[in-house]
Amino acid sequence: MPHNTTDTGTPERIFIKGNEAIAHGALAAGCRCYFGYPITPQNDIPEMMSYALPDAGGEFVQAESEVASANMLLGAAAAGIRALTSSSSPGISLMQEAISYMAGSELPGVIVNMNRGGPGLGDIGPSQGDYFQSVKGGGHGDYKLLVLAPATCQECYDMMVQAFDLAFKYRNPVMVLGDAIVGQMKEPVTPWKPAAVAGTEAADWRLEGAKGRKPRLLKSLFLEDGALAGQNRHLQAKYAAMQAEARAESFLTDDAELIVVAYGSIGRIAKSAIRKLRAQGHKVGLVRPQTLFPFPGPLLRGLAEQGKRFLTIEHNCGQMVEDVRLSIRGIVDSAFYGHMPGEMPGSDDFLAPILDAMGGK
Amino acid sequence: MQADERLALADDEQMAFEVPDVLVDRATHYCPGCHHGIAHRLVAEVLEEMGVVDDTICVASIGCSVFIYNYLAVDSVEAPHGRAPAVATGVKRGRTDKIVFTYQGDGDLASIGLAEVMHAANRGERITIVFVNNTVYGMTGGQMAPTTLIGQKTTTCPGGRCRDREGMPIRMAEIIAGLGGVAYSARASLDSVKNIRAAKKAVRKAFDVQQQGLGFGFVELLSGCPTNWRMDAVKANTRIREEMIPYFPLGVYKDVTEGEGVC
Repeated sequence: MPHNTTDTGTPERIFIKGNEAIAHGALAAGCRCYFGYPITPQNDIPEMMSYALPDAGGEFVQAESEVASANMLLGAAAAGIRALTSSSSPGISLMQEAISYMAGSELPGVIVNMNRGGPGLGDIGPSQGDYFQSVKGGGHGDYKLLVLAPATCQECYDMMVQAFDLAFKYRNPVMVLGDAIVGQMKEPVTPWKPAAVAGTEAADWRLEGAKGRKPRLLKSLFLEDGALAGQNRHLQAKYAAMQAEARAESFLTDDAELIVVAYGSIGRIAKSAIRKLRAQGHKVGLVRPQTLFPFPGPLLRGLAEQGKRFLTIEHNCGQMVEDVRLSIRGIVDSAFYGHMPGEMPGSDDFLAPILDAMGGK
Repeated sequence: MQADERLALADDEQMAFEVPDVLVDRATHYCPGCHHGIAHRLVAEVLEEMGVVDDTICVASIGCSVFIYNYLAVDSVEAPHGRAPAVATGVKRGRTDKIVFTYQGDGDLASIGLAEVMHAANRGERITIVFVNNTVYGMTGGQMAPTTLIGQKTTTCPGGRCRDREGMPIRMAEIIAGLGGVAYSARASLDSVKNIRAAKKAVRKAFDVQQQGLGFGFVELLSGCPTNWRMDAVKANTRIREEMIPYFPLGVYKDVTEGEGVC
């Protein structure tokens, strides 16, 4: 990747799609294996990895299915390799089995989901219909992924670096949840190289052959008395500790009477709507969760305690709103506006729902 | 007498048969007459003879043999049902310098995992697959497998497998041999000493082609499941000879070791 700095030492900006920024970010983060299967609207990611990874000394495999891609990710993770798969909603559904096994076996890997419309084959346009699937586990058993939600092409890049670090820090699968908007649009991106690729080399759990030590075993089967309960307690404690990673962008919240909660591309579109309403004197602000799990609930609760009201806007029929309501329960409720998947939202679409939530003010 | 005195060799005795170090000394969970123990031992002997024990990564599958990691002292990872060839692909692509193998039964490999094994073979992944075919789902209690013979009664084909309803048993060694990335595919049997000796050679070859970078190595081992076949171990061995081998002929179906390997 020739995109570091110019001769003058200033960061070089490149004009790329969000999907390409995902691939650039993964390479900067030390990704050495990619496994994937074609599906719209994320094909730029495997296409770029297919030529960039071999140059970087890595391996690219076009798998026979998303089922296989996710299991290849599991295998590379078991070997302690920084590895990636990407797909879009129907393909992510097929990966849930392996993702559950990765969580149960505590294997680090990064899964990118460029969310498209559903259910079923849906369409190839943007949607946030996969919030539940991403944040609530998705497969069988009690587990969580760390879920990062980029709203810009720069965040696509940045969050890939964070995703690999978090995956190895917690030995847990991490999902980067974008959508067809952020994946397909082009913006200037400033690439950067992380100082160090953490966690990979020193891993004391990775499989490499048991030379001079006892064999290692990575598994999610716990049949002995009490073993599975112990593993579940351990996992739940780990998920609780992840709360420290919660991140959100706050925009004009200090004097706001109404807080709009929206993530990803929709958070960005909501920001445009809020700018228009601010110009008309409406005191409205935005919280855009950048991590969906852990959810920035304490931030929202603090705002609720200040007497602010809430409107959750999503590009689905009401998913994240449940987490917003849980965060502020006992204090205030959140109104909800769901832009229907299958229709492309613009900032004007959000003006009336925001004004309604402000009580017509 | 102390145990070590009892075990010491007399002057006129010599050690002819030793337990491989990589085999863990522990009580088995396999049923009496089950051939997994023999198959595990063949893998253990081959890994030791090749000198690759410390560089081997085992991918366990789902079924009775998920516990292979309790018997083989090598680094191991558990794969979801049928997905071991995909997991092994990921391990091997991540660590091309290691010996990677899967150990799978016929329900795992020939039913739910058919896509994964076919494509790993076709890509010519430098991995080895040890495929144990006992014509039945063992761990779940003896249901029909894709390899169940015509007329064989199981808990889900109580009247016997019927071609019109359930189709014909799948012959994996032949199917795998037909794929371009395969360097070695063979079928052997664990029913007799003679066949076990031949099986060991086939297991060795299936690992050799991986180590030499020639392509995908596959060995199918016809095995007994007396518990789910509802017969004793001797009759199970007889069944392998009289019913299984005629339908699943033993032999080498592909071997490129004399050539350049696959691309």
